[in-house]
Amino acid sequence: MQFPILSVIVFLPIAAGLLILLMPAGRKTEIRVTALAASVAAVLLSAWAYLSYDLAAGGYQFIEKVPWLPFLGISYHLGADGMSIPLVLLTGVVMLTGVLISWGVDDRPREFFAFLFILATGVFGVFVSLDLFLLFFFYEIAVFPMYLLISIWGWKVTREYAAMKLTLYLFIGSVFALVGALAMYFQSGLNTFDMLELEKAGFSAGFQQLWFPFVFFGFAVLGGIFPFHNWSPDGHVAAPTAVSMFHAGVLMKLGAFAALRVGIMLLPEGAQYWKWLILGLATVNVVYGAFIAMVQTDFKYVIGFSSVSHMGLVMLGFSTLTKEGMVGAGMQMFSHGVMTALFFAVVGMVYDRAHTRQIPELGGFSRVMPWPAVAFVLGGLVSMGMPGLSGFAAEFPIFMGVWRVQPWVAIFSAIAIVITAAYIIRVIGRVFFGPMPEHFAHGDHAVGDVNVLDKVAIVVICVLMVAIGVYPQIMAPLVESGVQNILRLVGGA
Amino acid sequence: MDFILNNLLSLILFVPVLAAAVLLVLPNEEKTLLRWAALIGSLFPLALSLTLWANFDNSLPGFQFEVWHTWYAALNSSYHLGVDGISLTMVLLTTLLTPIAILASFGITDRVKAYMILFLLLETGMLGVFLSLDLLLFFVFWEIGLVPMYFLINQWGSEKGERELWPGVKVAARTYASFKFMIYTMAGSLGLLLAIQMIGVTVGSYDLPVLFNLWPTIAELKGVGPMGLPIETVKSIAFWAFAIAFAIKVPVWPFHTWLPDAHTEAPTAGSMILAGVLLKLGAYGFLRLVLPLYPVEAQRYSGPLAFLAMMAIIFGAFAAFGQNDFKRLVAYSSVNHMGFVVLGIAAAAYAAGGNDAAIALNGAVLQMFNHGLSAAGMFFLVGVIYERTHTRDLNDFGGLFPLVPVYGGILVFTSMASLGLPGLNGFISEFLVVRGVWGVGVNNWSGFALFTALSMIGLLFTGAYILKGVKKVLHGPINHHWEEHGLKEIGVREILVMTPLIVLIVWIGVWPAWILDVINKAVMALF
Amino acid sequence: MFVPFDSTMLLAILPEILLVVLAGVVLALDAAWQPEKRRWLGWLTVVGLAVAFILTATVSQPESEPRLLFGGMLRDDWLSFAFRLVFLFGAAITTLFAMDHEALGRKGEFYVLLLVSTLGMNLMASAGDLIMLYLAIETTSIPLYILAGFITTDDKSTEAGFKYLLFGAMTSAVMLYGFSLLYGFSGETNLYLLAGKLGELPMPALLGSLLLVLVGFSFKVSAVPFHFWAPDVYEGAPTPVAGFLSTASKAAGFAVLMRVLLAAFPAALPSWQGLIALLAVVTMTVGNLLALAQTNVKRLLAFSSIAHAGYILIGVVAVNAAGMNLGMASVVFYLIAYLLTNLAAFGAVATFGRVSGSDEMDAYKGLSRRSPALALVMLVAFLSLSGMPPFGGFIAKVFVFAAAVEANWIWLAVIGVLNSIIGLYYYLTLLKYVYLYRQDNLEEEQKPLPISRPYALALVLLVIGIILLGTAFNPWFEWSRTAAASLF
Repeated sequence: MQFPILSVIVFLPIAAGLLILLMPAGRKTEIRVTALAASVAAVLLSAWAYLSYDLAAGGYQFIEKVPWLPFLGISYHLGADGMSIPLVLLTGVVMLTGVLISWGVDDRPREFFAFLFILATGVFGVFVSLDLFLLFFFYEIAVFPMYLLISIWGWKVTREYAAMKLTLYLFIGSVFALVGALAMYFQSGLNTFDMLELEKAGFSAGFQQLWFPFVFFGFAVLGGIFPFHNWSPDGHVAAPTAVSMFHAGVLMKLGAFAALRVGIMLLPEGAQYWKWLILGLATVNVVYGAFIAMVQTDFKYVIGFSSVSHMGLVMLGFSTLTKEGMVGAGMQMFSHGVMTALFFAVVGMVYDRAHTRQIPELGGFSRVMPWPAVAFVLGGLVSMGMPGLSGFAAEFPIFMGVWRVQPWVAIFSAIAIVITAAYIIRVIGRVFFGPMPEHFAHGDHAVGDVNVLDKVAIVVICVLMVAIGVYPQIMAPLVESGVQNILRLVGGA
Repeated sequence: MDFILNNLLSLILFVPVLAAAVLLVLPNEEKTLLRWAALIGSLFPLALSLTLWANFDNSLPGFQFEVWHTWYAALNSSYHLGVDGISLTMVLLTTLLTPIAILASFGITDRVKAYMILFLLLETGMLGVFLSLDLLLFFVFWEIGLVPMYFLINQWGSEKGERELWPGVKVAARTYASFKFMIYTMAGSLGLLLAIQMIGVTVGSYDLPVLFNLWPTIAELKGVGPMGLPIETVKSIAFWAFAIAFAIKVPVWPFHTWLPDAHTEAPTAGSMILAGVLLKLGAYGFLRLVLPLYPVEAQRYSGPLAFLAMMAIIFGAFAAFGQNDFKRLVAYSSVNHMGFVVLGIAAAAYAAGGNDAAIALNGAVLQMFNHGLSAAGMFFLVGVIYERTHTRDLNDFGGLFPLVPVYGGILVFTSMASLGLPGLNGFISEFLVVRGVWGVGVNNWSGFALFTALSMIGLLFTGAYILKGVKKVLHGPINHHWEEHGLKEIGVREILVMTPLIVLIVWIGVWPAWILDVINKAVMALF
Repeated sequence: MFVPFDSTMLLAILPEILLVVLAGVVLALDAAWQPEKRRWLGWLTVVGLAVAFILTATVSQPESEPRLLFGGMLRDDWLSFAFRLVFLFGAAITTLFAMDHEALGRKGEFYVLLLVSTLGMNLMASAGDLIMLYLAIETTSIPLYILAGFITTDDKSTEAGFKYLLFGAMTSAVMLYGFSLLYGFSGETNLYLLAGKLGELPMPALLGSLLLVLVGFSFKVSAVPFHFWAPDVYEGAPTPVAGFLSTASKAAGFAVLMRVLLAAFPAALPSWQGLIALLAVVTMTVGNLLALAQTNVKRLLAFSSIAHAGYILIGVVAVNAAGMNLGMASVVFYLIAYLLTNLAAFGAVATFGRVSGSDEMDAYKGLSRRSPALALVMLVAFLSLSGMPPFGGFIAKVFVFAAAVEANWIWLAVIGVLNSIIGLYYYLTLLKYVYLYRQDNLEEEQKPLPISRPYALALVLLVIGIILLGTAFNPWFEWSRTAAASLF
């Protein structure tokens, strides 16, 4: 029997979380070190999985299958393909950087890291589940710690509201998806929740068209699709830094990924039927998100809405059902994941020092904290889709895919690129350059530089963004192999 | 040695990045070290491109030193580099001007490290555009160059002045200028991006040689979703998307308004590179992409394009004449000079294949090179005087010749090159362009004859504004104000900056064949 | 089917016998022991119940074919077996919670009443005859009336007991009337013989008597509109008793409901399905909506337990005549998960209330700082109630909704799903008090919250159980399925 690497990746965080819960609350340093060790291990393992994925063989690899509830055909079935393995790596990276950034959490760090790690287990689990039931199981595990993390450690002003809103939105979405999934299960008559089996179920067109919206939009809520995106900026803003990173960086991918795996892959004809609607909504996401981001004055809201806009691109890529579009969407999930994690990390660093996120009140931070400033600029460029960085390698194929189905949409949504450039430049100019307000430069509240851990986190992310942008081939073939599988099901071009 | 020859283009392209990485680990405080490291780092690409020049075979048409490597297989885009005569000239110009500009910026004291790193990255961006033989790669480098330039203007630009970004919002002039630069160029690239995507979707490849073969004759938009437009219309729109993107960069009237601001606010070395190389990117785009990809459309729309070029020549000259800011004057002169490049290209597009077209195109490419030399020189000289006087207002000067005779001599010399004095480089190229365009237009009603004639008026004013500039700075009674302030003569480093430029200006002016031979083969191959 | 008497029959009623013996021993020792020694009565009861549990589980397993014993009075099958184990477990846990309770812990009669009530439930689960059924229900209820009003010094408790008695007596009377009608129409009291006779009845008569019977059962499971007693009784009754009421007693009600509906009324299946579906919708919705407004944790749990009765009813609806689907199995599984979860919730409330003396939500502020462990238990219990993995509540909800979808009651599943969202809201609200809010001007860390040993033991057992149900659910599900299969 081969080494069960996926199980280890999935359960490592929760095991670490339980271990942390058992430690005395006062030993904060030990708790943090444990968390760091676990996240380093998770990153290394996920990187190992990433590198040892056999591209030539393709398909699902590292498969583990154990019957779980034989009567209903539920099994503990894990496996990763080219679409999911980059996301596993992404989760590992965000987990590590999240822990590094959260070193300063001083209020009940034990519970904080424990909940964060439970969340991580859920996220890892969704990405590698090949059983529909298991996927739901992990999906819900990924959702509820969010509530606690936001409401306990979040921004005092809006945390209760935002946490509740987020949880309810996501829960509503997921239960609708669940009903859809159950309908699939019973309709198939195969008595199995195994998604590889259900792919072959051959549902009738009418059934697929009826149930696709349940499943797809149920999950897409978490992907932030318009008009169900409303929870997301509020949630981003209220969450503590590491949670925002997780939330925007990984959780939103979770929604998109599940919508893809359960919605599009299991109900391909439904996807064909509804793709115009998704295309339209995603376009709204992209353009509207960018516009709204432009008029925000709260630094974090800018990033929050930019996530809405960028996740729209993922959905846009999915809705094309073309190779380019899906490859782009896959790349965008990773690229946006690291980019937005970086954004939130930097926003957190600024906020921790300035205690305000109002853009007009900030300025000149590049002089005191050059590393985050450079990183933010880099992230901003990724966000604008600047060639040579990961954002371009992701967005370009998405647009190509859109060209294939509806050129006017491609042309229209390109507006978002300019708007994104405008607001990113504005934020960079106002926050990091320009004159620094006197009270930040001198006196008791003088702003200082970030610490080494923060820098490590920043560098890790920046390296990834640049590497993928400069040489997309390190990720694209993986994603492409995953996409081939999807296209085989969808039967599209 | 073999390794170097086999990977010459990649080395030229990435040595600056390597140098930037080295700079990154050097300590912030060692400013002198940083400067020298950057200079030496930028001399390597120069040496390599001289090697390239030496090993380039003039007699062969087509691309040489090609490099091919998988880059983004899912999109069928690859890392494909190659040079022909046109790009070779531009590569030489870029690698030459970068060390000069770095040498010129030894006076920078604020955040030297970041400054130098940006400069080196900028060099890679520019070189990439000239070297790419893959449409997507071209676009990548096209955009990359934007970023360092933005920050150079935004952070190291002139510290004075305020501008209104939009009603009620006042920002520093350099912020305004850099923002305008960025948004103009990005907006321009947007159409380019979309057109590139469409081409890629239709042809299924981004490799330029492949596209040159397939795209011009493509009869239907295979693979592209329903648009409800006939193919001719789509191609025309795509043509204009390309043309406008490049026209903004050149810049062609009326897309030029970002340029005076950007030039004026940029630091001296930034202006040198901006005028010397970045503007050439636009013209290069016309040559490398527009002419081969859209021969039909280019011919169809050559008239309007030539008209715009003519307007650039005339308005550029008039506007330059009207300036009281020395740097703005030089900036507008760029609009004026680059107008000739586009005029030549437009004429060549109209009369593709003809002898006159070849002459015009030769002139255009040479003009690109020449303008690179003279404009860089002029901006540097403006920078030199500004550094000493902290003013660029022409009315503050006058009568400086007796105070700084060496500087005065160099300024007069460079101005003459810019003006197009026979015996110097500018004359050769402008003559070729005018000769070619006239030849294209003289025997038909295409209007090119008229454009030529009107452009000559522009040329006349070129003389006028340059002489105005020289007069206002140097001539007149001895300037006691600046004498009291102890105006310093141009220094050794600064002369060193100017020397290569002067040498080339004279060399090309006297014996242009060495460079025209290289250009000509490539130009002939364009058709 | 009917089995003549033999000695193995005694084995089938072994748990009941053990309960009677245990009650007798406790009663005797209560009289014999000095007051200070009486705390051991609790441990004695726990150990006795544990022994009964183990013996039942090992020795008195039913035979593969269901049997009607003692002249058809009792039915020995896997369903009754499963439920009896559940009741024994619930009683043991309740005893643990009661042991350190000031008003209950040292009173022998408390344990006796609890045991007698458990005995009644056991009989409810296995009753095969209307007469036996009625007796069992009353055996269960009468001790519970007393238990609810056990703290005679507390007005609220007294009120609770009295209210429970009044409601109980009334609905019991209505139900008895229904029973007598059934007997009148058919001349039979045995549930399994009724079916054959009732099939020939005109529908109105059949439905009329069914309706009357349902009133009684609805009261037991606290389904709307027979739920009014629940909030007041839960609030007033001693917390451990409330926990017992809301779990074991409710489970017993469902056991009877399932058995009677399937055994006696198969003929009216479509009719009562519609009726129960309606009942389910109203119960869930009313329970959840009213729970939103509560500020007292026990009242909140009361309404939440009403809502859960609604979810379980979905499973009852989703049955088909063939019996080979998820419906009843999901009900049994849900009841097991719910019993563990709700006991944990009430246990946590009891633990907290014993120290702080309050059940108001406001008092829960800062709990996670005072006792991280108790906060964690509440987290587990409430997330399980709201249906989050990896806890039993999630799996149970999935099964119930899956059953509904399978039986084509999709709209019902959707309503259930929407309701569970409302549920999530108020459960999270309570958790907000526990984890987020702080008490004014207090360093909560300075006021730790001790958890005594019986509480700790019970809570740990329950949490482990909840997580086991939520992760290693296969054996539990198979068990539920076997139990449910014996209904048909």
